[in-house]
Amino acid sequence: MRDRFSASVRLWFAPQRLREEGTTPDYRFSLANERTFLAWIRTSLALVAGGIAVDQFLTGLRWGVRTTVAIVLLAGAVLCAFRAVNHWVRCERAMRRGEDLPASRFPVLLAAATAAAAVLVIAVVVLGLGGR
Amino acid sequence: MTPTPGGVPADERDEPAPRDPGAQPERTWFAWRRTTLTFAVSVALAARVAAEQRTGTAVAAAAVGVLAWLGLLLTAHRRIGALSGARPSPMGAVQVVGTLVCVLVLVVVGGVLL
Repeated sequence: MRDRFSASVRLWFAPQRLREEGTTPDYRFSLANERTFLAWIRTSLALVAGGIAVDQFLTGLRWGVRTTVAIVLLAGAVLCAFRAVNHWVRCERAMRRGEDLPASRFPVLLAAATAAAAVLVIAVVVLGLGGR
Repeated sequence: MTPTPGGVPADERDEPAPRDPGAQPERTWFAWRRTTLTFAVSVALAARVAAEQRTGTAVAAAAVGVLAWLGLLLTAHRRIGALSGARPSPMGAVQVVGTLVCVLVLVVVGGVLL
């Protein structure tokens, strides 16, 4: 498990080493993988934008609450960005080796976290908690 | 003409530069453009914070954000250039790590602006 993880990390910074393995897939599959990577990068960028916006637009909240929400969003952005690279490398490697594409729990985790955050914000706004 | 996981079908291989009917290079091109636009929105928000706070740190952070955006624009520009070939090769280390670094820089900018 740890060996596999460190091998993936090494590939993040040297994806050209992927070419030593297997055969080159149809370029259209690689481009589809690239677009998925970019979609995750945009998810990450949306979280950064949210983190910056929270501090500006939720001025009705206490400083501590606002900052906590912003930091959680920024941390989510870091996770999404690294996950984007990791998943791209793993998919590219699986395609070169002719294996199944890797399954991932990350989308469901992100969805659950987003839903939980939305419920929390609704509760805070409706109940008027976290005010000045 | 169904693509096979192992590569392009044999009858396609000899043609000089067949245009992909699925417009995959163009779609990837647009995906890069969308990404640079999304980045620009975040940088604009950071610039708004800097304009409001008017402290040296905030202005410097926003400036670093703009630099990161220029870095991503350059990365996207180079990748889009590579996509114009008949059979574009997958992204290289420059694109993957460059994109990651630009996003991480923007996260740090956001953290500094809190």
